[in-house]
Amino acid sequence: MSVVQKLGNVDRRIIFLLIALAVIIPLVFNISFMEHPTPIVQVIFDKIESLPEGSKVLLPFDYGPSTAPELEPMATAVTRHCCKKNHKMYIMALWPTGQAQALRIIENVIEEEFPDKVYGTDYVHLGYKAGGYGLINTILADLKKMYTTDAPGTHIDDIAMMSDIQNLRDFAFICNFSAGFPGLKEWVQFAGDPGDIPVAGGTTAVSAPLLYPYYPRQMLGMMGGLKGAAEYEAALVHQYPEYEFVYQRAIAIMGPQAIAHLVIIIFIIIGNITFFIEKKRQKKIG
Amino acid sequence: MRRRIPIIITFVVGTALILAMFIPHAPFSSLDENLSVYFDIIAVFAFILGGGNLIRVHLVKIQRKKVDWPYSIVCIAGFLFMLIIGFFKVGGPPGLRGDFLAEGSWFRFMFEAVFNPLQATMFSLLAFFVASAAYRAFRAKTKEATILLISAFIILVGRTPIGHYFTFWLPKQLEFLHIPTLANWIMGWPNTAGQRAIMIGIALGVIATSLRIILGIERPYLGAEK
Amino acid sequence: MYALQVWIGALLTLMIFSFLYKDNPFYKFAEHLFVGVSAAYWMVVGVWGTMVPNMLAKIHPPLVRNILPALANAEPEYHYIIPCIFGILLLTRLINPIAWLSRWALAFIIGYTAGVRFSRYLQSDFVGQIKSTLIPIVAVNDSGFSIGMTFSHVVLIVGVVCGLIYFFFSKEHKGAFGAASRVGIYILMVTFGASFGYTVMARISLLIGRMSFLGEWIGMILGWFS
Repeated sequence: MSVVQKLGNVDRRIIFLLIALAVIIPLVFNISFMEHPTPIVQVIFDKIESLPEGSKVLLPFDYGPSTAPELEPMATAVTRHCCKKNHKMYIMALWPTGQAQALRIIENVIEEEFPDKVYGTDYVHLGYKAGGYGLINTILADLKKMYTTDAPGTHIDDIAMMSDIQNLRDFAFICNFSAGFPGLKEWVQFAGDPGDIPVAGGTTAVSAPLLYPYYPRQMLGMMGGLKGAAEYEAALVHQYPEYEFVYQRAIAIMGPQAIAHLVIIIFIIIGNITFFIEKKRQKKIG
Repeated sequence: MRRRIPIIITFVVGTALILAMFIPHAPFSSLDENLSVYFDIIAVFAFILGGGNLIRVHLVKIQRKKVDWPYSIVCIAGFLFMLIIGFFKVGGPPGLRGDFLAEGSWFRFMFEAVFNPLQATMFSLLAFFVASAAYRAFRAKTKEATILLISAFIILVGRTPIGHYFTFWLPKQLEFLHIPTLANWIMGWPNTAGQRAIMIGIALGVIATSLRIILGIERPYLGAEK
Repeated sequence: MYALQVWIGALLTLMIFSFLYKDNPFYKFAEHLFVGVSAAYWMVVGVWGTMVPNMLAKIHPPLVRNILPALANAEPEYHYIIPCIFGILLLTRLINPIAWLSRWALAFIIGYTAGVRFSRYLQSDFVGQIKSTLIPIVAVNDSGFSIGMTFSHVVLIVGVVCGLIYFFFSKEHKGAFGAASRVGIYILMVTFGASFGYTVMARISLLIGRMSFLGEWIGMILGWFS
């Protein structure tokens, strides 16, 4: 068998090993790069930055552990930003796993970094309700019809920051973290467009290209995948230099990401070279 | 009656919701709200149906000693354990009050220790298969495939920090060829154009199918039974 | 407890990764455990999050006195029996002789979905997208005529139209129509290339997340020895 044929028939486990190394080595050596926000991400940052202090911001957590590596960094950065700007954060979930993911952000960001924030006054965890787009349709008209208590079980009327919330139109901004269905698309379709509410958010890189048609008229902005998260973190560090020495997860992971991408490109190039050489050889024989 | 009542239900519910869009006043507005709430509640029964079906399938597998039947015991054991500690809020605040995901509860521990790593790892396997597929199958056999490849390369490089180092040396007049700029341009314009065309096509399909379902022309819920 | 959580998570992660070498009992064990645990998780969250506060507490509030005391004194709303009945009908799918009753619940779900999507897709994905495509062909900014923006606008408008022409199968793709269809294919290839690039990015990100977690586990082990 020629070298070209051997390359074309390489055991896939060797490819798996090379990809694993492409990820592990940059992680071990902490390779990272500078990031700069693109306009589609910067607009979300500018929106949260420009909202008056105390504005009501809805943060739906529509993802699970499978997509947390992409979405948790952006959720962390946005929540941090909202806390810095003293906005009132209303946390909810359309995904069952979103409720637990939101708890991680509450515990690791709000309670740990901003211990002065008071539950019920500065932030509230409304939890998960079933229904997906049906839920959005319900709470567009009447939020308290579905949310009769918060996640721990306190009556909704006993929570100070819920007193002036009737429906989704009472929110200044909806920033969704979505891994698929239901997610950012449904928030645009069922809340943003019919309710004329500014909607933006972060989504996995798989879903991001599909949502570009909504930008910028129906969707204010979008953080697409880990790159989007890294750009938001960069915008946050640029505006608030005190975060320069706080671990920014997405920026840290972009190094291994870049190396892995290069490895995949090399795989595709080698694959194509072997293909064309083999094709030429077959033509000569035939 | 077996076929007629579901068709009537679909027609009534679908029509009420469409009318509510055009007549956002009582009684249609409250009908829209109530139907939405009912939908949200019925969705939970779908989860229970899923759990019940899982038990049924795996019990049959165990009973008939099908291939890999011992693993069905693992599945059912995991299911029942998670269900019991979740429904009875074991380890959390005393009694049934409080959050089932409270710090210290067994349900929370199982979520963090078992569910979280299992789901995350299952999906991360795809990275290896994407790399293998890219190596074996991604070939520039035609003009269209070549365009696809070039677009993919620009995005793969341009959406990482390394993209900057490939073309930072370009003069100001050729700045538009800077890879990160190209990547952003591709996403913002040709990608948007293509995705928009697809979106409009899908929207037309959804609108047509919705009408057909509401009018009873298409009855996917009736199955194959006569 | 955190150390135990990390150890269990790491072992389960390695069990799933072992599939990359070949299918084996450890992988099958982890896979079946995942299926059982996740089905139970969804059921528990659905019941505690929606069924109890939004159905049981509405139909008979005193029922939740020891679970959600905040809702125990509310006035009952008996119309919530409707989704309860539909939900029970859905569960009849598990009982073969009366499984046909589940069609009534499915009819409600499908009727609701059809009704609500009809209006939403019409507004957001059809009219909204056409509106977003109606942009000036000649783009002007603060410094006058902008060739870059004009080119981008032309790409968008032509791309959307040609992409839609490609999907129009009622007319043969010949002549000018065929040429426009070819342009549409090229735009769609750029779109799919961008999607492929982003998909690779997503999968790699998930893998990095897991490797990062395993790194934390190894760090914990090394920490014990140092």
